[in-house]
Amino acid sequence: MKNDSSWIRIPMPVRYLINICLIAGLWLLISSLVNAGVITNYWKGILITVGINIILAASLNISVGYLGQLPLGHAGFMAVGAYSAAIYMKSTPAAELIRSGSRSAALPYLLAAIAISALVAGIFGILIGIPALRLKGDYLAIITLGFGEIIRVTITNIDSLLGFKFTYGAAGLARIPKYTTLGNCFIMVVLSLGLIHMLMKSRFGRAILAVRDNEIAAESVGVNTTRYKTMAFVVSAMLAGIAGCLYAGYLGSLYPSTFKFMKSIEILVMVVLGGMGSMLGSVISAAVLTVLPELLRAFSDYRMVAYSLLLVIMMIFRPTGLMGSYDFSMTGLIEELINRAAGRSAKGGQ
Amino acid sequence: MARTREIQKLYPQPSQNLFLARDLDRPPVLECRRLGINFGGLEAVSEFDLAIGPTEITGLIGPNGAGKTTVFNLLTKVYEPSRGSILLNGRDTMGMTTADLNKAGIARTFQNIRLFRNMSVEDNVKVAMDNSISCGLPSAIFRLPKYWKAERHAHVRAMELLSIFGLQGLAGAKAGSLPYGAQRRLEIVRALATKPSLLLLDEPAAGMNPAETAELMETIGRIRDEFQIAILLIEHDMNLVMGICDGIAVLNFGRIIAKGTPEDIQNNPAVIEAYLGSRKERS
Repeated sequence: MKNDSSWIRIPMPVRYLINICLIAGLWLLISSLVNAGVITNYWKGILITVGINIILAASLNISVGYLGQLPLGHAGFMAVGAYSAAIYMKSTPAAELIRSGSRSAALPYLLAAIAISALVAGIFGILIGIPALRLKGDYLAIITLGFGEIIRVTITNIDSLLGFKFTYGAAGLARIPKYTTLGNCFIMVVLSLGLIHMLMKSRFGRAILAVRDNEIAAESVGVNTTRYKTMAFVVSAMLAGIAGCLYAGYLGSLYPSTFKFMKSIEILVMVVLGGMGSMLGSVISAAVLTVLPELLRAFSDYRMVAYSLLLVIMMIFRPTGLMGSYDFSMTGLIEELINRAAGRSAKGGQ
Repeated sequence: MARTREIQKLYPQPSQNLFLARDLDRPPVLECRRLGINFGGLEAVSEFDLAIGPTEITGLIGPNGAGKTTVFNLLTKVYEPSRGSILLNGRDTMGMTTADLNKAGIARTFQNIRLFRNMSVEDNVKVAMDNSISCGLPSAIFRLPKYWKAERHAHVRAMELLSIFGLQGLAGAKAGSLPYGAQRRLEIVRALATKPSLLLLDEPAAGMNPAETAELMETIGRIRDEFQIAILLIEHDMNLVMGICDGIAVLNFGRIIAKGTPEDIQNNPAVIEAYLGSRKERS
């Protein structure tokens, strides 16, 4: 049994060290592939999109999987983050700095843009979360659905504010400095996933999971359910804002039509397909659902058909999603292997 | 506080019959005064007066549908009372939420078990200790020493509580996978982890065989002695109620029809009528 004292445990600091080493290794692998020319510019772009989608899916998974609520306006938070970062970056000299090749000089602006997008998305998250999450039941779905549409329509219609050009409306916000690189996208993915992990494996995460499992019981043991629901929802919104920020810096131009209701559904599909409550599931399905359409460009007309079919098949054969609520732990695996080698199996050897 | 004073003016001295208490010297943990709730036109509970002294075990019995669980839901603010007041440790609980009441000292179990089924046994207990864990969001996310200290402390306390109820071996198991008896015990552990001064048990012996019930009786007594808390329990098993309760209140159609020691209740004609029907009906 795992509670057995003879079970060899890897101490916590070593676990973190192993994980950091593995992440660094992964980055070395990616960057060497880029340098060797295996990853072309085309695939670099796809990888950045994968990274953005991973942040989106993993952040929505906080609300859908861990909190057990169903927001339908994730694209709205992404839009808020994207536009606030883009407008900020356009007002700074970052564009010239990047164009002249001194990316490191533009770093403070990039950090500020990420902070601004997270903050603005977070504020909207609070504004929407508090009234919606005080109620028991599925009000959040309707309210966020409305929010997503309101944001899109607003962006389309306030092309200028107080005489300043603001969002440029339906014409789109163009010439945004292209500040997103594979490197900073990778770092943001790691940081976002790390943040989610740290949050969920602490007392806050426990309380959030408790609210999902049984709200009445959670309240009866003194858990302030509104507070934790709002906390999870706001973190989810903030990360979506950061994903939006990366998205703006990757494309260089923003159009309100990108953030339609279907975008929210696309993200939701990633979460459901990966398994609600599984971060690994979100990561895998975000990657697969980003790369697959690229590989099947020839059949792009049938994408929505394929999506719906995939979901129907999934719900019939594996309703809990690809991974269920299973979460993978690399150090857990290593621990298991060490113990196997030492002749102790997880099930036997009591 | 103003409202507390107001109530004390309205009911200057808690009447003697409010109490079942053995010791009237110490102030009661819980005091309900003229508590009532309506569901539409139905008076589910009315004129509910009850006081529970510290470390006292009180039984709440009555036929099915008498309103016993409704009383529990009023005491924990699942429902907002339509009338009357609840004083906990002398403090009026008006306007408090379920979570506030738990912080103020009421913990409960549920008739139909409500565990966090997908979480481990240990985490179920740790959730209940949430308010006593001092670790803010930044220290949790950056894993500062404060986080480790708080988590270690929580782990030790959770295991301590679990071992009192013989659940320490199951700490890593999913709560939903536990056998029925263990789930009931875990619910009690979880309630106790919030450090209550009053524990509400809603049919703790439901679905248990006589041997398990006897063990439960012993456990409830032990909880009172070890944790020094008051217990209010709803139960249909008369052996258990008569065996461990210091006082019993009998509820029928939302009203208290009798109060007293187990002996009083057993011989009370109104109680016998509520349970068995009147002599005329029976013949």
